Amino acid sequence: MNGFSDRRSDASLMADSIGAIMPSDAYNVQFIRFRYPARESQDGRWILDGVSFQVQAGEVLGVVGPNGSGKTSLLKVLARGLSPQEGRISLFGQNLASMTQQDVACVVGVVPQDTQQLFPFTVAETVIMGRFPHRPRGRWTGGFGWESHQDIEIAEQAMMTMDIGHVAHRAVTDLSGGERQRVLIARALGQTPKVLLLDEPTAFLDLQHQVEICSLLRRLKEERGLTVVLVSHDLNLVGQYCDRILLLDNGQVVRLGRPEEVIEPDVLERVYGCRVLVDQHPVSGLPRVTMPGRCLSGGT
Amino acid sequence: MTAPVKEPPASVRPTSFFTIPSNASCHDGVTTGGVLPGAVLTMSRWMTTLGALACAAIVVGVLALHFGAQPIAFGEIVRLLIGAVAMGAGTDDVADVTRTILEQVRLPRVLLGFLVGCSLASVGVALQALLRNPLADPYVLGVSSGAALGAAVGVLLGVGTTFLAAAALPACGFAGALMALVVVYRMATDYDRLPIHSLLLAGVILNAIFTALIMFITSIMDPNRAYGMMAWLMGAITAPTYGHLLGLSVYLGIGLFLLLSQMRVLNVLALGEDSARALGIDTERTKRVLFVLAALITGAVVSISGMIGFIGMVVPHAVRLIVGADHRLLLPASALVGGTFLMGADTVARTLLSPAEIPVGIITALTGGPFFIYLLLWRKDRLA
Repeated sequence: MNGFSDRRSDASLMADSIGAIMPSDAYNVQFIRFRYPARESQDGRWILDGVSFQVQAGEVLGVVGPNGSGKTSLLKVLARGLSPQEGRISLFGQNLASMTQQDVACVVGVVPQDTQQLFPFTVAETVIMGRFPHRPRGRWTGGFGWESHQDIEIAEQAMMTMDIGHVAHRAVTDLSGGERQRVLIARALGQTPKVLLLDEPTAFLDLQHQVEICSLLRRLKEERGLTVVLVSHDLNLVGQYCDRILLLDNGQVVRLGRPEEVIEPDVLERVYGCRVLVDQHPVSGLPRVTMPGRCLSGGT
Repeated sequence: MTAPVKEPPASVRPTSFFTIPSNASCHDGVTTGGVLPGAVLTMSRWMTTLGALACAAIVVGVLALHFGAQPIAFGEIVRLLIGAVAMGAGTDDVADVTRTILEQVRLPRVLLGFLVGCSLASVGVALQALLRNPLADPYVLGVSSGAALGAAVGVLLGVGTTFLAAAALPACGFAGALMALVVVYRMATDYDRLPIHSLLLAGVILNAIFTALIMFITSIMDPNRAYGMMAWLMGAITAPTYGHLLGLSVYLGIGLFLLLSQMRVLNVLALGEDSARALGIDTERTKRVLFVLAALITGAVVSISGMIGFIGMVVPHAVRLIVGADHRLLLPASALVGGTFLMGADTVARTLLSPAEIPVGIITALTGGPFFIYLLLWRKDRLA
């Protein structure tokens, strides 16, 4: 902890000397610390403990780490769903804490971890709710009012992008996990965001849809300059599809860099506590992680 | 986790393991333009549905005016109503007794029934979205009994005898309802999550405690007033004075209008708290506003008509099955159906054993209770 506070003051000085935030940064996260309000079940430890990094506009950043390393909390903090106790986050140069939730929602689309839906909204109704942050502002517009033609067009486009046009009339409660996941992504795209935050976007998907969604994210980045931050357990997926990877452990950044800089056997062993094989993907040349299998199952 | 039955487009099907599709899911022929208007709520569907429901409400209202210990002919009802609107012109040929029954007894009672039904159903819709629980209802969650406790305490303290009764009792009910809602929510919340069954359990416990307290208050009252209190607790619509009706309408009017102004917010909240935040809702503040509104409406209703149960659960559920989940239609439609339903139930309550009356709460509980059991048993998979 002593080491931490030293590091923080050093880094604060550095941040001051750098001054203005680079305009090319989508996110600039500086020394945030976050913990849930004290509860007896928790020992009050910091979930995020002095995390700093930048997300460049138009990059795909993967966040990985063991269970409980703070990945999901980090994503929620970026979406302003949780407020860090210390530190500062800027979103395209604006202080996140001083923006309203609605302002954030116009810029940042979030795909939360899939939750069971209870109410039979149709797929189309769910997707068009992505337009909600863009409703006309005013005191009474929370309840009344209809989506404009533009809203409908954008939602339709998002549904086409996610290939869910054929289930537009179905209730979200009747969909399979994979379809529901794509509905959630379509809803986030309907927000016409500049940044897309995804929490385990492929957890419920079969291989075909995993590949499809990952290539789609690349395509959105290339065609629309979308910035993507995605949290995943799947090191291979992150290694193949992300420009940079942020490796978290115990709420701290272990490594941040290009896949080949982060996915190294020694680093992974230190963080995950088990030995894995890392070689190169035969086509892309990017690092590929393989479980040790039977030959190495004894550990190191 | 089944893949969609649709044949995957050629562009997505990798020809070899290492081919990374460059244009996944960018293809024609699956979605044609203009799918959405049919699948989302449109203005015309909104108007037609609500128009039809309003007509049904008027028909049931006229039927409710017709039936009773002494049936009133439809022709007379129409003439009297038109006459009342036109300030008494041309109604001399109707007998005075009939006129008094209609104007002083039946009409205010039917109007009260409609208002109460409207309010309970609307609160039910709001609570279901807010708590993400299709079984939520002010009665089941103990909010009604909280309001009843508040009102009973008010009566005990003598608030009911002051000239402020019309305004003060609903306020007592409001306080009780708000307390109940906060407690039940606190009891059931578990780190941002609201497990359905723990919410119901919290409601059951709260109901038991509040009922015990109300019984205690009743037992220390003098027997004459205690009898009236018991009848009120069972849920009864009695003919109010127009002054009472007006007082209640003001409370409910404000409450319902504010609730209607949150319809789209309810849509987003129903998706879950993470999603609501992601879509730009300040969930904590919004929840507080909605809790206060729900308590306001429930408190006012309970202080007048006691604990009428299950309307807040059954009506929104049934309406949702028919008109869909969009709260812009669901909320006003449930309000109309709830009002119509209670007008009908009250008519049954006062004619079934005529001239004796059954508390209408018994009728609604006997229709709503089995429905609740059905939902709990047969649709468990949906609620887990």
